[in-house]
Amino acid sequence: MSQAKPSPDSAGPVVMLRDVRLTYGSHVVLDEIGFSVSRGETMCVLGGSGVGKSTILKLILHLEEPDSGHVEVLGHDLETSGRAEIFEARQRMGMVFQGSALFDSLPIFDNVGFPLFEHTDLPLEEIRRRVREALSFVDLDYRRVESLLPSELSGGMKKRVAIARAIVHRPEILLFDEPTSGLDPITTRTIDNLIVKLRRELHVSSIVVTHDTRSACRIANRIALLQSGRIIFIGTPAEMLASDDAYVREYLE
Amino acid sequence: MSSSRASPIRWLNEALKAAAYRVQSYFGLLRRVLASAVTRPFYWRDLAQQMDTIGVASLGIVALTGLFTGMVLALQSSVEMKQFGATIYIGRLVGASAVRELGPVLTALMVAGRAGSGMAAQLGSMRITEQIDALSTLGVDPVRKLVTPRFLAALIMLPVLTVIMDVIAVGGGMLIAVVKLDLTATMYLRSVYQSLAQTGFIFRYIPIDVFGGLVKPLVFGGIIALTSCYYGMNTRGGTEGVGRATTQAVVSSSILILASDYFLTQLLIALLIE
Repeated sequence: MSQAKPSPDSAGPVVMLRDVRLTYGSHVVLDEIGFSVSRGETMCVLGGSGVGKSTILKLILHLEEPDSGHVEVLGHDLETSGRAEIFEARQRMGMVFQGSALFDSLPIFDNVGFPLFEHTDLPLEEIRRRVREALSFVDLDYRRVESLLPSELSGGMKKRVAIARAIVHRPEILLFDEPTSGLDPITTRTIDNLIVKLRRELHVSSIVVTHDTRSACRIANRIALLQSGRIIFIGTPAEMLASDDAYVREYLE
Repeated sequence: MSSSRASPIRWLNEALKAAAYRVQSYFGLLRRVLASAVTRPFYWRDLAQQMDTIGVASLGIVALTGLFTGMVLALQSSVEMKQFGATIYIGRLVGASAVRELGPVLTALMVAGRAGSGMAAQLGSMRITEQIDALSTLGVDPVRKLVTPRFLAALIMLPVLTVIMDVIAVGGGMLIAVVKLDLTATMYLRSVYQSLAQTGFIFRYIPIDVFGGLVKPLVFGGIIALTSCYYGMNTRGGTEGVGRATTQAVVSSSILILASDYFLTQLLIALLIE
């Protein structure tokens, strides 16, 4: 699989959050969140349940809007962008949801080909070729799965189909929400390897939200650790493992 | 002391704010649907699929409702009319009732119960399984892709279903008139025509009652689709939330249909008859 040509704004970070604050009523979900992700980098966001990890992905996709601060994606400040600009930015991203979020009324072929059917005028044969290429990339036998419905697949296969759908239109940024939750250790390892393979072969930037420390250390260039809506640590996996911070140590143990 | 006095006021304030927000987002959804109905891209295949789901799949239930409504109308009115030797006017009663009121309203209520609940449940399930978020992340506007085809399909199919319901209700009445009241089909149908013609014609050939009976389902179709999609798109709280959204969609659609029927009737009388 080849990657799309980088856009002219490829010099800076592909994703940047600055002083982001988000509240639901009186509950502070995220506070003073700031980090950036470079092209080809994998950033893992670690933290316990309910600390606002998945919300960060929603902010990057502009499914949520911050109360204050800025979210910049591929050079666009989403807070000042129009609807068309946001949809255009989303087309340059791919998202893998925690529950896979495959369209349950469509067979796998239509699920994976969905972004191509929606946004391109490619002939059916080319779409078929790209769908099969994406399914093969995630180690699925397209002959066996492309006519099946999502309900006929196992959890691990659904995750891989979701990854295939996220990469079929060759995005520049991939977002993963708990990609290994609920999976057995072997399937977890398969998904981790896929994320590493995506970075190595397609040079995409990834943000992976997870609570699995072992997975994060395997796949990440850098890790951000969240506690109560704030980033309390950001650094490489080696720096995290060597950290003296009490919460980091507690989380690792 | 002051806080206990203030709390009901605060509660009322919050409740009013929440209600105002819901009304605002309901009409916000309508605005987005109307805007996406006239701008590209159009989802023709989804529109055709929804016309099938809302229209063709509802034919059976609408036909049965029409048949039995017409039969009951004829049967019930015959008891009173026999006393005055006026059974010949059964057709007038069935025709006027079915075309003016019962046809549009019962069709809309049946579609709200059958297709509206389906819309709310399907969109609700898509919401809680993040499929609607997935659409957004794939650069597709969920309102344009999911709501607009349902809205347009309901606008198109409700008048068609209503005409079918009217015809079958009149047919059901005829069955009773011929079999139980010893009227001929010609006498009955002439009576139906007289009732429809008595309020006059619009565009020269269309009886005003029939025209009114086609305007109403247009509005009812919009109400059913918009209300069901609104609750479906705003589903929260897992599978229980889907059940709640479905119930709310059917109840709210039904109430809005009945309430708007009154105002539409007033408007149509003022515009077309008076």
